[in-house]
Amino acid sequence: MARRRAIGAFVGIGLLVATMLAFFVSPFASSQPDGLERVSIDAGFDKTAKAHALADGPLADYAVRGVDQERLSTGLSGIVGVVLCFALGAGVFVAIRAVRSRQAPPPAPFSG
Amino acid sequence: MHIPDGFIDARTSLAGAAVAAGLVGVSVKQAARTLDDRQIPLAGLTAAYIFALQMLNFPVVSGTSGHLLGGCMAAVLVGPWVGSLCMAVVFMIQALVFADGGLSALGLNIIVMGYVTCFVGYGIFLLLRSILPPSRRGVTVSAAVAAWCGVIGSALVFVLYYAIGGTGGASVRTVMSAMVGVHALVGIGEALLTGVTVGAVLTARPDLVYGARDLTPDLELRVPATVGSL
Repeated sequence: MARRRAIGAFVGIGLLVATMLAFFVSPFASSQPDGLERVSIDAGFDKTAKAHALADGPLADYAVRGVDQERLSTGLSGIVGVVLCFALGAGVFVAIRAVRSRQAPPPAPFSG
Repeated sequence: MHIPDGFIDARTSLAGAAVAAGLVGVSVKQAARTLDDRQIPLAGLTAAYIFALQMLNFPVVSGTSGHLLGGCMAAVLVGPWVGSLCMAVVFMIQALVFADGGLSALGLNIIVMGYVTCFVGYGIFLLLRSILPPSRRGVTVSAAVAAWCGVIGSALVFVLYYAIGGTGGASVRTVMSAMVGVHALVGIGEALLTGVTVGAVLTARPDLVYGARDLTPDLELRVPATVGSL
């Protein structure tokens, strides 16, 4: 097999970039209605939206409950989201690998 | 463009959930066939990065913002099957933790923002790659243009939902022209973010870009010179 470079540093830097964007940049994101919201307002069906069932959650609407400083609250919620997405994203594939190896054990490593 | 509960009727939302569950099942099966260990952290990183970028709403026209959807970017970076699962992870966390995107609309959102941008985007990406020169710039440009197309595809699939089960009585024609019009602009942001990201990864680690596997020399099959002389 071809020699492959390690990916630890790449993943680390990538996560750092994601965390910085979520913490430092997201508080300055536009809070205007997004494309679909704008269309629903202009076309007159925005009133049909129902309140979110989990709108009282501790991180609802990208804010940490109890942190009143708005930008800090948004930024912190962003960090939580980045961590959760990394964990669940990687976790899904750990689970897929575990199920696969139980169904078909990989062949013994080639020793030559 | 996260769909809240209520825009699309319950029956259509339920059907969307069933279709999304089926698609996720197919992605799991396909991803399992080719899964290798280093895809695990890369998949986590892809989901985390797309989550972060989706928080960054940028202004498009006065009074309207847009944000990245990201399926095309994910598909080019980690492949469409792994990428579509990363997207589904992002929408689940947004709906369940951040109350963004209705719970009954989760299936619809996974399809319209995840699968559509992933697979429309990746299909167009492959088409453009077959036309453009096999270079890093060719890959970057293909990804950016395909990302724009993916956003338009996504806007059209929302219109399809609305035609099937939309509430509030707006005409499908009105919704279509408005959705395509605003998302043609949102798509420019999508194209820029996709191009910059794919370009940056190609510069740093071209071997990690799924859509550019043909450009990396360590995947070439090389026949030793001695074989020919035997």
